[in-house]
Amino acid sequence: MFTFAGIAFTAPWLLLGLVALPILWILLRAVPPAPIRRLFPGVALLLGLTDDETQTDKTPWWLLLIRTLAIAAVIIGFAGPVLNPQDDTPGAGPLLILTDGTWADARDWPRRIERIDAALDDAARTARPVAVVSLTDLPPGDLAFQSADVWATRLPSLLPKPWEPDDTRVAAWTAGLTGSFQTFWMSDGLERAGRAALLETLESHGTVTVFESPRPIMALRPATFEDGAVQITAIRARTGDPSEAIVVAHGLDPAGIERELARVGITFAPSDPFASTAISLPPELRNRITRFQIEGVRSAGAVSLTDDALKRREVALIAGRDDREGLELLAPTHYLEQALEPTADLIDGAITDILLANPDVIILADVATLAPAESDAIADWVDQGGLLLRFAGPRLAASEVSRAEEDPLMPVRLRAGGRSVGGAMSWGEPKALRGFGQGSPFFGLDIPPDVTVSAQVMAQPDPSLADRVIAALADGTPLVTRKRVGDGQVVLFHVTANAEWSTLPLSGLFVQMLERLAVSTRPARPDAADLEGTVWVPSEVLDGFGHVQDAGTMPGVAGEDLGSATPGPDLPPGLYAGEDRRIALNVIGADTTIAPTTWPSRIAVEGLEVLREIALKGWLLSLALAILAADIIASLWLSGRLTGPRSGVATALVALALMLPQDAKAQDRAEEFALSATSEVVLAHVITGDTRVDQVAEAGLRGLSDILFARTSIEPAMPIAVNLETDELSFFPILYWPITPDQPLPSAEAYTKLNRYLRTGGMILFDTRDADIASFGAASPAGRKLQQLARPLDIPPLEPIPTDHVLTRSFYLLQDYPGRHLSRDVWVEAAPPDAEQVEGMPFRNLNDNVTPVVIGGNDWASAWAVDSSGTWMFPVGRGFAGERQREIAFRFGVNLIMHVLTGNYKSDQVHVPALLDRLGQ
Amino acid sequence: MIQPTVLRSRAEDLAAVLPPLMAEAEHLASTVLLGAHGRRRSGMGDEFWQYRPAMPGDEARAIDWRRSARSDAHFVREKEWQAAQSVLLWVDDAHSMDFTSDKNLPAKGDRAKLLSLAIAILLIRGGERVALAALGTPPRSGELQLIRIAQALTNRADRPDYGAPQVRGMLAHSRALFVSDFMGDINPVTAQLTKAADRGVKGVILQVLDPQEEAFPFDGRTIFESMGRSLSHETLKAGELRDRYLQRLAERKDALHTLARRTGWQYHCHHTSDAAQSALLWIYSALERRR
Repeated sequence: MFTFAGIAFTAPWLLLGLVALPILWILLRAVPPAPIRRLFPGVALLLGLTDDETQTDKTPWWLLLIRTLAIAAVIIGFAGPVLNPQDDTPGAGPLLILTDGTWADARDWPRRIERIDAALDDAARTARPVAVVSLTDLPPGDLAFQSADVWATRLPSLLPKPWEPDDTRVAAWTAGLTGSFQTFWMSDGLERAGRAALLETLESHGTVTVFESPRPIMALRPATFEDGAVQITAIRARTGDPSEAIVVAHGLDPAGIERELARVGITFAPSDPFASTAISLPPELRNRITRFQIEGVRSAGAVSLTDDALKRREVALIAGRDDREGLELLAPTHYLEQALEPTADLIDGAITDILLANPDVIILADVATLAPAESDAIADWVDQGGLLLRFAGPRLAASEVSRAEEDPLMPVRLRAGGRSVGGAMSWGEPKALRGFGQGSPFFGLDIPPDVTVSAQVMAQPDPSLADRVIAALADGTPLVTRKRVGDGQVVLFHVTANAEWSTLPLSGLFVQMLERLAVSTRPARPDAADLEGTVWVPSEVLDGFGHVQDAGTMPGVAGEDLGSATPGPDLPPGLYAGEDRRIALNVIGADTTIAPTTWPSRIAVEGLEVLREIALKGWLLSLALAILAADIIASLWLSGRLTGPRSGVATALVALALMLPQDAKAQDRAEEFALSATSEVVLAHVITGDTRVDQVAEAGLRGLSDILFARTSIEPAMPIAVNLETDELSFFPILYWPITPDQPLPSAEAYTKLNRYLRTGGMILFDTRDADIASFGAASPAGRKLQQLARPLDIPPLEPIPTDHVLTRSFYLLQDYPGRHLSRDVWVEAAPPDAEQVEGMPFRNLNDNVTPVVIGGNDWASAWAVDSSGTWMFPVGRGFAGERQREIAFRFGVNLIMHVLTGNYKSDQVHVPALLDRLGQ
Repeated sequence: MIQPTVLRSRAEDLAAVLPPLMAEAEHLASTVLLGAHGRRRSGMGDEFWQYRPAMPGDEARAIDWRRSARSDAHFVREKEWQAAQSVLLWVDDAHSMDFTSDKNLPAKGDRAKLLSLAIAILLIRGGERVALAALGTPPRSGELQLIRIAQALTNRADRPDYGAPQVRGMLAHSRALFVSDFMGDINPVTAQLTKAADRGVKGVILQVLDPQEEAFPFDGRTIFESMGRSLSHETLKAGELRDRYLQRLAERKDALHTLARRTGWQYHCHHTSDAAQSALLWIYSALERRR
């Protein structure tokens, strides 16, 4: 092999080709670049013009240089240059190659294998017998020295194990060693108790050379959950310099695909072998985490599997209508929140959003109607193992849900109205609870004597009712019923979740019942005593590199082993599944420490570096290609193809690399819509698809906006037409929805959106526009359409506007609500049945909420409508009476918008004296 | 005897080109056509021009009795002179006119034909007689002549590489419009123009050029070829030639301008990148001015 400046050539004779380079230079020089042929009529004027310089006839020198360099690179490349050509190392006698084979080796295992391979190569060259032994996977029987070739074939099966060497087994094995041999010890760099003894034994057989990688070793302790955050601790062997690591949390996403869920940086102080950090994660994310891992470290020690200890139950709380500000003790979910907050993670939001988070439990407190899309989604979720917990309440009692036939999301059918016991108008006493039966999940719980029920919804007697009752009142009426659906279950408490109907939520029994229903459970860290007598089956195990593998058919282990033992060949680290929970066994325990090795000075410690031959052929050929590419561009430029006319293709190719696609228009429309809808108060109408109706609705809202602007402190911007399917509704305080008999029904998603809008305080003004020909509820086409449209909506019980409704006095004092038609049939949410007039007050204290719907047929938009020049678009009535009617129509509009924007402000009794004064009383 | 199939296919070829050309030219012409324009003096014609007092020598039947009855003197009713003028069009159809530097620009020949046909439409609508040199017929008026001209303009027969004007059949004291790129030899142009001037023919020279011919944006080793590939010129550094080419082009324009001035013609240089309408307006006013 011909060597030159540390580079050897496998085919040095090819280098003679370099002699040809000057010849090539001359040849290339004589050949100018190929001309372009151009059609050009002006050539007639060019005839007779000669070039000034004759020098350009030849290729310019720098282009020649580029080409010559390319050719030279090709010639040298094919001559096979090799960097660091190998030379030999001497040695004699049998050779023992010992490797620790622990998780700490895994990080640079390929380099260790490479080093062992190099040692085997050397041994093969000198025909030394060799044995390769891993301390974590000791061979049975005596040490068998074999030829290096045999070991080389077995080398790929030598893998690091995710546990530490067992000192007693190692001692037993060393006791059986005989004869003299040289030892190469591939150390993993961690200090262990048995190391000194082993070294002594090996030295008694021959020289020992230690190979060790100077790379820092880091490991991860099991993550714990404290103070509302996940605490992560990393440890390292070598201290003295600051270092950083990134810990990544992996887990399954909602689609079941493993993804990185979170990452956090950990910084070691220079003198510290520990470093801790806390990640505060949303519970949904935290529950999905299956393992933490130090990024970029390929070792079982850098992986920490998580088990149930990190998980908390996720409970979604949904109340029918919970916008009663300030009335927390009456809120349907108050006691549930109090009971669940310490032990579970509560989430709230729209049902469809919640389902994406895949909660363990969904609690519906007095929610009657669900949109079809929502109920379908919940049914699917229950079917896959969700627990749907429902509480009764006035709304459920008043609704038609599960009345005639059993609702899939209700355990029983309900009788109309429910019953009230122990009230002012009933003879009975409030009922106590009957003791829990043996089949009930509550069996064994003590019932405090003060738990009484004064009102409840009643189950319809059915053949299946008896099986479904899990708690009953003293008189036998069901109090809690349960139905199993697929893998999940639906449970109904026949009382409210607050203290209105019963004292159950006030008692400790309530919390215990929730615990028994597994609404709130909190697994504790088990110890050996806890696990005594149980058997755990590994479901996932770690290999030495930290890869999680399916355990397959590995045998189960006894609970006491799992609780106390450290990982070993019989107990690989991994995830062990018991009856209803899972325990993770990690390589690194909660208080493992690691320290670097200290070798006696007589031992030679070498690094793992092997000077490998590096073939430069590929690099040189790539260089030649790169130079040729540069030559192409230079030639194009030189011949005018890069700059002249019709250089499009060439320029495009060059420019292609520099071009970055820019397309950010996708979200513009939605963003623009959101901005225009939210920068000012905006009235909105629903697009019906009938152009004329939509125009009138738009003009009507414009007219109303003008009046509001002129008379009140509400200064609305131009009204917006809302497409129920595509636009976000939550920006609008009110939606005007004119009903046409032929408008299409919104999709299931749109209904979900509408229900969310209604539940979160939005108002829809339905206008059938036919009060002149039909009274409300009569079978006019628009009325029938309205019934059809509103069926999936979560609309509370309605009544005609009572004379003391807040709409009658939110800005103007009104008793009529005319539009273009003068009908008194305008319906709003019914007052609660217990509302009563206090002596001396002209008004009842009615609902606290804004009515979610106002339904009428007075064609208000037509009365309000103005054209672009500000004149009325439609006549209203006749003469002065008509103008008065229009004025009252506007006043109704003003009152309505005021009501929407100020809520129950005018209902507040504080204003009564002033109002009385104005009413002349 | 031409086979019917051949005739059919040729006719279809023709029809395929003709309507758009006609339509485009008519569209262009309609932007200029303001109405019938008389000679602004009395003469033969249909339109009323003026009443003048009868002079001795006026025929009695020339007196307008209706007007004369309203006063004591006799009046003669004069009509506006509306004699038709003859205009000869020569449009260069040489290969060099096929050149276009950009697919978005029309070829020089297309622009030349468009302008010529548009001015022919204007003239014929104005009552003039128009002849196309390539047609070889005397000037005629009427829509039929327009169709003939359009047909002749779209006829692609054997063509030279560079064109030279022909003035056979040119009537004395008529008008002429020469449209070409005038890139070829200038001597035939000089000769023809002198001959035309001798006959008292006044006219217009319109030079149509492509923007690339004005810019010469070439570089590197290039072989330039004429459109018919009869001429070629090789250069190693096209960029070096730019200044000298532009100088020659300016000389050629100057020569044409001088020639036009001497013979009483008018010269204009039009680029295909410019709007056709401005060129049409210029031609129209140039022909009008000397009428």
